[in-house]
Amino acid sequence: MIEKALKGNRAYWAWIALLIVVIAAGLNAWAVQLDTGLGVTGMGRDISWGIYIAQFTFLVGVAASAVMVVLPYYLHNRREFARIVIVGEFLAVSAAVMCMLFILADLGKPQRVLNVLRYPTPNSMVFWDVVVLNGYLLLNLVGGWTVLGAERKGVAPPSWVRPLIYLSIPWAFSIHTVTAFLYAGMPGRHLWLTAVLAPRFLASAFAAGTAILILISFILRKTAGFDAGDEARKKLTVLAAYAGIANFFLLGMEFFTAFYSNVPAHMHSLQHLYFGLHGHGQFVPLMWLSLLGGIASVIVLLVPALRSRSSWLVAACVGLVASIWIDKGIGLVIGGFLPTPLEEIVQYVPTLTEMTVTAGIWAIGLLLLTMLLKVAVAVKTES
Amino acid sequence: MKQDRREFLRKAGIGALAGIGALAGLNPLSALEKTDMSALSGKPVPGRTRWGMLIDTRSCTDGCRQCVTACHRAHNVPDFGDRKNEVKWIWKSRYEQAFPTSGTQFQKPELLGREVLTLCNHCAEPPCTRACPTQATFKRRDGIVAMDYHRCIGCRFCMAACPYGSRSFNWLDPRPAISEYNREFPTRERGVVEKCNFCSERLARGLQPACVESCPGKAITFGDLNDPGSTIRRMLSEQETMQRKPELGTLPSVFYII
Ligand code: SF4
Repeated sequence: MIEKALKGNRAYWAWIALLIVVIAAGLNAWAVQLDTGLGVTGMGRDISWGIYIAQFTFLVGVAASAVMVVLPYYLHNRREFARIVIVGEFLAVSAAVMCMLFILADLGKPQRVLNVLRYPTPNSMVFWDVVVLNGYLLLNLVGGWTVLGAERKGVAPPSWVRPLIYLSIPWAFSIHTVTAFLYAGMPGRHLWLTAVLAPRFLASAFAAGTAILILISFILRKTAGFDAGDEARKKLTVLAAYAGIANFFLLGMEFFTAFYSNVPAHMHSLQHLYFGLHGHGQFVPLMWLSLLGGIASVIVLLVPALRSRSSWLVAACVGLVASIWIDKGIGLVIGGFLPTPLEEIVQYVPTLTEMTVTAGIWAIGLLLLTMLLKVAVAVKTES
Repeated sequence: MKQDRREFLRKAGIGALAGIGALAGLNPLSALEKTDMSALSGKPVPGRTRWGMLIDTRSCTDGCRQCVTACHRAHNVPDFGDRKNEVKWIWKSRYEQAFPTSGTQFQKPELLGREVLTLCNHCAEPPCTRACPTQATFKRRDGIVAMDYHRCIGCRFCMAACPYGSRSFNWLDPRPAISEYNREFPTRERGVVEKCNFCSERLARGLQPACVESCPGKAITFGDLNDPGSTIRRMLSEQETMQRKPELGTLPSVFYII
């Protein structure tokens, strides 16, 4: 089937070439980082994770959101998702691959990464994250590929694949729950030390991931003449809207608990992010952009007169994805380190090398996604 | 005078601190963030050591850095001269940084800004070892939280997990930044985490930690917390002491007299 990814028009090859250039730049930057050390990034002793881990966190959510099409299609037999379910599964595969690459890029000793498996440590959440992410990648790849292969041959998918697909549903929840546990179990990091972190991760993931699916469906319609259908998009729009509401509701809960209780440790990180603390507020404009842009996008998704127009729908989806990307990446991961355990505020600015590595990994993910979707579209349009 | 002040504080019952102590289950009766020894080591195992440290901040001179220098020399700690790539095992913080959850209202004016030595607490319930995915950082039988630099993958989870900022990462190759190389202690590579090791290499030779030995004011007492007859235990039972962020349940092995 893979040969179908090797046939395409000029625009397709131009896109592939562009991605390969970005990948090459990313690999080059990674080589610099390997050679000199992570000191070439903007990370430091106080803010010891940066945009790599931020992308990782965001993308685990994108991967998990495949469940928003898999669940209704396979469990509730909603036929309107028939053409988009494979897009969801392949999006999950590419996002999971990017997650692993971002972890690898963040390691000080990437050559020792297999130590995680050589010395399995069940009390470490990283161990579980590695297990569930790899499992999820396999489930989606095997599930999606097998069903697609059967479709190409015009036969029913083999019976063993259904249980795997069913298993991928709770598994999707598990990957993002475990990812939240990476953060939520740390004493002294009060932005993370909250029971609603996992629910909020799921809500924001389902909002952003679903919005990305809608956007991909538009792109496929435009570039490949493959339409997932208005019905599917309509359903996804509603799902994204409600997931977005849940996300902002949970954010509101964080604000209430912190500020009504008036406990300084609970307030400090939020104060720093949204209002500035001790005269420092590096992220204040971005956080308000995220908050207001996100709420505006959700409103557009909720109002039928607006969301039924493609241009508004696309704008709202882009807005929601950007809002959650800022909130979950910059706000949560980097903001979580501030104030430091010694009550100080420091700055974090990603370096060019760091951003090039990041772009390179995104390009690898997009290349993989492009090729997988190319195969899927070819099979679907032929059958 | 000291006794009077303490007496007064207790009677006045500094509310917030008492609340935190009670919440942590450490200290339901007393008003200060004092350590209740019975809650400390969980199950003291007879004959097994738990190394601990008591720092008397009153005898620690502002501006003096002798312990820091001694430690960093002994352990080949690099000095990059900038905050981002900084590596440090022991350093001085201000009182309100070291004890951010302690009350600062109406305290002795000289208390705020007083220099307090900060280092790894060798917690009895260390969140850093819990987070490590490879057991590259682990608790030894003598209570020291140690590092295996050859196993560490540099994921920096321990740094995120430590609520005291005790850990440093080698963002760059440390070797060029070591001013005086000590042949008796290994250097590290870039890409791994490091921190205070309570001078386990000196303890093995029957020596006190480098910081203790080098302190001109004799401000640091080191000893076995599990030995009721040790000097440190005697001092702990006689003095009001504090641990950093006791409300987090990490059970630090480093104590402070304020
Ligand atoms: S102070 Fe930090 S690094 Fe040291 S044992 Fe406690 S949690 Fe671990």
